Amino acid sequence: MKTIYLDNNATTRVAPEVLEAMLPYLQDYYGNPSSMHTFGGQVGRRVRQAREQVAKIIGAQPEEIIFTSCGTESDNTAIRSALATNPGKRHLVTTRVEHPAVHSLAARLAQEGYRLTELPVDSEGRLNLEQYARSLTPDTAIVSMMWANNETGVIFPVEEAATLAHNRGILFHTDAVQAVGKIPIDMRANCIDMLSLSGHKLHAPKGVGALYLRKGTRFSPFLIGGHQEKGRRGGTENVPSIIALGLACDLAAQKLTTENTVVKELRDKLENALLDRVPRCRVNGDRVQRLPNTSNISFEFVEGEAILLRLDEYGICASSGSACTSGSLQPSHVLRAMGVPFTMAHGSIRFSLSIYNTEEEIDFVSDTLPGIIEDLRALSPYWEAGDALCARGEG
Amino acid sequence: MWEYTDKVKEHFLNPRNVGEVENPDGAATVGSLACGDALKLTFKLDENGRIKDARFKTFGCASAIASASALTEMIKGKTVEEAAKITNQDIANYLGGLPEEKMHCSVMGREALEAAIAHYRGEPAPTEEGQIICECFGVTEEEIARVVKENNLRTIEEVTNYTKAGGGCGNCHEAIQEIIDRVRSQGKVVTRPKLSNIQKIKMIEETIDREIRPALQQDGGDLELIDVVGNRVLVATRGACASCAASHLTLKQVVEAKLRELVWPELEVEEVTS
Ligand code: FES
Repeated sequence: MKTIYLDNNATTRVAPEVLEAMLPYLQDYYGNPSSMHTFGGQVGRRVRQAREQVAKIIGAQPEEIIFTSCGTESDNTAIRSALATNPGKRHLVTTRVEHPAVHSLAARLAQEGYRLTELPVDSEGRLNLEQYARSLTPDTAIVSMMWANNETGVIFPVEEAATLAHNRGILFHTDAVQAVGKIPIDMRANCIDMLSLSGHKLHAPKGVGALYLRKGTRFSPFLIGGHQEKGRRGGTENVPSIIALGLACDLAAQKLTTENTVVKELRDKLENALLDRVPRCRVNGDRVQRLPNTSNISFEFVEGEAILLRLDEYGICASSGSACTSGSLQPSHVLRAMGVPFTMAHGSIRFSLSIYNTEEEIDFVSDTLPGIIEDLRALSPYWEAGDALCARGEG
Repeated sequence: MWEYTDKVKEHFLNPRNVGEVENPDGAATVGSLACGDALKLTFKLDENGRIKDARFKTFGCASAIASASALTEMIKGKTVEEAAKITNQDIANYLGGLPEEKMHCSVMGREALEAAIAHYRGEPAPTEEGQIICECFGVTEEEIARVVKENNLRTIEEVTNYTKAGGGCGNCHEAIQEIIDRVRSQGKVVTRPKLSNIQKIKMIEETIDREIRPALQQDGGDLELIDVVGNRVLVATRGACASCAASHLTLKQVVEAKLRELVWPELEVEEVTS
C-alpha cells in the first residue's frame, strides 16, 4: 500500500538531495571541525557554509545562528537565557496555544516562582494585540510567542508584537519551527531577538535545530561545555545533520513560492472538498492568516483516533487533537483555548501537506474520508440526536 | 501510536452488533461527549431469560468501539445473572488485552452492562450514586473504590488509566490517593494468586492426599484424581465409596468444598468411572 503522508507538521521526509549531501559526513569525512588538521578543517568549512545557508533563509547574519539539537532545545535556551540575563525581572508572557516546548517550560517556570501570563486566543485562534500590550510590565523579562501554530497553522503577528515588547525594553522570542520554510521571514525587517527553528520540519533529519540570536543580545548558554558555537552551546557539532539543515534551508528558500502556490492550492482543494462532502464539519482557526500547508478540520460526533486508524487502513497519515491521541485524556490545549466545543474538539483532524504531495493523493483522501466519517457516525450514539438538533436549527 | 492487539483492530474495523435493539428489555448510556467517549447498550431477552440480542452504539476511540463490540458478543446467549458477572478484565481479556492507558474503555463497557441490567431490573444505575471525586470526568468515589478493588490498582496513574479520574486538572489526585489507601488498608483487595496449571494440579493432588483420602480410607473407601481440565476436577471413587449410594453427595459436598477453600474458588468436582 502506498503511503499518503499528510502529517508534515509532525515531521517531514528527508529530501533526497539532503540525504545525499550529508552521507559523506557519516562515512568518509568524520573529522571534528574543531581539530587543527586539514581532515577536520574541511568539515569545519562545510559547517560554516551551512550556517550561512540557515542564516539566509531568515535574513540573518551567520554569526547570529547557533546550532542546537532540536526546536525544543532552542526554545529552552532562549527563554532560560532571557531570564538569566535579566535577573531582576520575574515575569514572562506567552500564549495558551504554544507548543509543549514552550508551554511546559512556562508552567515549570511558574512553579519556580516566576509570574506567568498566558494570553488567550479567540475562537479563530487569534491574539488580541491590545490585550497583549497591556500584559507587558516593567517586570517582564521575555515574551515568547509562536510564529505559526503547529495544530491550526494560524499565524501570529509576531513582528508587531516584538516591536511593542522592544519599546518597553523586553526581550522577544518566537518559536518559528512551523513557519520557517513555509512563509517568508526576514529578520532585518523586524526586531525579534530570538527565533527557534527545527530541521525535521523542513526536510532535514531529526535531531538538529538552530537558535537565531540577534547580534548584541545578551546571552547565557543552556549547555555548558567546550568552545563550540563560540561558547554559546557546548557539545561537539552534529556535523552531518548541520550540513543537512543548511541544504534543507537552501531548498526550502527555493521552494517557498511553490509552498505558497501549489501546496496551498492542494490544501485548499482538500479542505473545500471535505467541507463540501461531509455534513457538520468545520475548519478550526483563522483561514486567512494561516500557513499554506495546514488544515485542521473537526468532524462532529466522531472521535479523532477512530478516524485516524480508519485512514491508516488506506495508508493515509494525519494527526488529531482528540483526547485519545494526546495521551492526556483531554482534547488538545490549542482547541480548548479556542473554545472549540467538545462535540467538535474530539473529532479534529489535522492535515499538513508538503511539496511532495500530489493532486492524486489529495483526490484520494477527499474520496475516502467522507465514507469513513459516515461509517463512524453510524456507530455514534450522538449522531442522530445531533442531526435532529441541526435540523431544528439549534446545532 | 497505540499497540492494539489484532483482535482489537479486527473488532474496531468490523464491529459486531452495531445499532439499537427495538423495544429493549435493558438499555443504558454511559459516558458523555465531553469526556470523549460514550456507549449506549441495549439488549433483549428470549423466553428463557437469555440475552438473545444485544446492540451498541459508541462514540469513542478504537478501543472503546472494540470493547463495546466485544461486550455484545460476550453477553449474547447468557442469562442476566451470568452476564452480570462479567468484569472489565473479562472484556479486556476477550480482546487479548488493552493498552494500560486504555483500560477505561473496558471499564466503560462493564458500566454500561451494569446500568443496562439495572434498568432491566428497575433499579437505579449503580454508577450514578455516590459523591463525585473527579469533577473533570464525573467519576464517583464508589466507582474508583470498586475499580481499585477489582483490578488491584496501586497508583493514581493506574486509577486514571482505568477510570480517567485524575486525567484532567489533577485537583482530585489527593482524594484518589486517599481512596486507594483506604481500599488497600481494608485488606478487601482479593489478591487471588494466579495459578499456573501445574501449580493448580499439584495443589489439588496435595489437598486430596492430605485432607480427603485419610478420612475416606477410614471408612474403607478411597479417591483417585484422574485429571484436571480447566476448573473441572475429575475424580474416581474406589472401594467402599464406589458402591455407596451417597458417594455423589459426599464428593460434591466434602471434596469440592475443601478444594474450593484451599485451592481455587471456582473448582468443580466431577466423578468419572474408570
Ligand atoms: S477533578 Fe479530577 S482531574 Fe480534574
